[in-house]
Amino acid sequence: MKALVWLALVVALIPLFIIIIEIFSKGASNINIDILISPMPTVGERGGGIANAIQGTLITICLASILGVPLGVLSGIFLSEYGDVKISSTVRLFNDVLSGFPSIVIGIFSYTLIVTYIGFSVMAAAFALAIIMIPIVTRTTEEALKIVPLTVREAALALGISRWRTLVYIVIRGAKRGIVTGILLAIARVAGESAPVLITMGYWRWWFSGLNRPVANLALNIYLFAVSPFENWRNLAWASALVLTAIILFINLGLRIFTKEKYI
Amino acid sequence: MKKIKNYYIFSNKFESVSIKNFRDTFRGDNIMMLLTGASASSVFIILALILIKLIEGSWLSIQRFGLGFLIGTEWDPAISQVFGALPLTFGTVVTSGIALLIGVPISLGVGLALSEYMPRRLSFIISFMVELLAAIPSVIYGLWGIFTLAPFLRDNVYPYLQAILGFTQLFSGPIYGGGVLTGGIILAIMIVPTISSVSRDVFSAVPNSQREAMISLGATKWETVKIVMSYARSGLIGAVILGLGRAVGETMAITMVIGNKFQAFPSSLFDAWYTLAAIIANEFTEATYDLYISALIEVGLVLFLVTLIINILARVITLRALRLMRGIARE
Repeated sequence: MKALVWLALVVALIPLFIIIIEIFSKGASNINIDILISPMPTVGERGGGIANAIQGTLITICLASILGVPLGVLSGIFLSEYGDVKISSTVRLFNDVLSGFPSIVIGIFSYTLIVTYIGFSVMAAAFALAIIMIPIVTRTTEEALKIVPLTVREAALALGISRWRTLVYIVIRGAKRGIVTGILLAIARVAGESAPVLITMGYWRWWFSGLNRPVANLALNIYLFAVSPFENWRNLAWASALVLTAIILFINLGLRIFTKEKYI
Repeated sequence: MKKIKNYYIFSNKFESVSIKNFRDTFRGDNIMMLLTGASASSVFIILALILIKLIEGSWLSIQRFGLGFLIGTEWDPAISQVFGALPLTFGTVVTSGIALLIGVPISLGVGLALSEYMPRRLSFIISFMVELLAAIPSVIYGLWGIFTLAPFLRDNVYPYLQAILGFTQLFSGPIYGGGVLTGGIILAIMIVPTISSVSRDVFSAVPNSQREAMISLGATKWETVKIVMSYARSGLIGAVILGLGRAVGETMAITMVIGNKFQAFPSSLFDAWYTLAAIIANEFTEATYDLYISALIEVGLVLFLVTLIINILARVITLRALRLMRGIARE
């Protein structure tokens, strides 16, 4: 029986190793500085790169964070500090349900809400990603705030500091690391999202040109490149995969190493 | 968790502060409460809006096909403009089913290994690796599925499967590499991390008194583990349902390997098919007229409702499990 359990573990870990090794070996053999600084190739063109996709991904994530992070953090604060049991558990339930939806459904939602009015755009994509971020940030913020001992709050209140100042200057400062962890996790999660981006923005091969226009996207480019018939596009797919995975694994590994959370 | 009582805001007579400070305090607290409360309630608004907008977006299709959309087996955007989603639902059910068949035993093994059979330090490292698997984006799984997994299965696994089981309909027919079974396998690889880490948590939550009691009765390791598993049963069911929700909603990876072919039934497990999520990703950008888009949004609505039911089910079951554990262990 013990042997079976270990076998299951080995079987589960094999794909992980293969995927990681593949991405790094194929990515490394295809990546060069040229690819990182030149924009996307047109059909049939040789060379080309992923520079505009990197730019577009960064812009989209920043916009999504501007909406998603404040909402998530404030919701987390409410759950931990203000909500009574009934309200909190309801909000928590709804958050869990929201985080359980497939990202493509969120993409369709953003399409019906935004794309139908202003067209395929960064704004629509960022909105979809923000909705995906909110539950993650909310939950991690709440957990981080709960770790701060009640005695710290009591000490601050006993000194006559008002509740909101206690929160902002003392409790949140104590939970800062956990909150940042949650935000970074959410960013790592949405950086790799391609389904909602496909529905709200579509493919775009140029540079950023305004908030009501689409931008290129790394994750979506992987899909576009992978199913294309051109050899150099496929190589670009592996290069994009390496860059994207490197970003995401870097964030995850960094969080593991620098935070003392048992598991995130 | 204990709460700080609200008397502090409303009765400030215990505070020896000037009126100006008092007003400032009062205002600040109210603003903070309003701000956080409004943010927290935005979740309700978002969920309500999602439901309203999906129904509104698919209204054309709902009016046109009614229930026929759910039980129709035809998808013809080009000529007759008829849409039916039953095969898509089948495709989703079958691929997720395959994923659970393959993934659940492996995940349970991993969960047990991490919580029962391993020194804590090693378990920490391996847990971390398993969770890294969950962090890899689905589009990268899809890329790997196209270029590595599908060719590997086509050349080294499927021919043998066909040689052994080829007399059944399921394993007959031409082998492309992609297809229903490949889709199921890639989903299995993707849900193993989710189910493993939840089941590890569930096993770890089983109170040690259970294990100690078993061991003191002279039970073997395996008998002890069996008791731990039965104790954690409903939590495990919750973990599996969570993984199912993940599999049902998976889009990019599956659309890259399943072959994207609309048909009532595939001729075998090696044949191409479609799922609810895959058809949205694949055809949404090509949908040229309103009814077509509306039908795709209705597919999204079906997906929405399916995942909603799955989520609520998982939650009810795991909550009951937690309550049971608390009741027995008084943690």
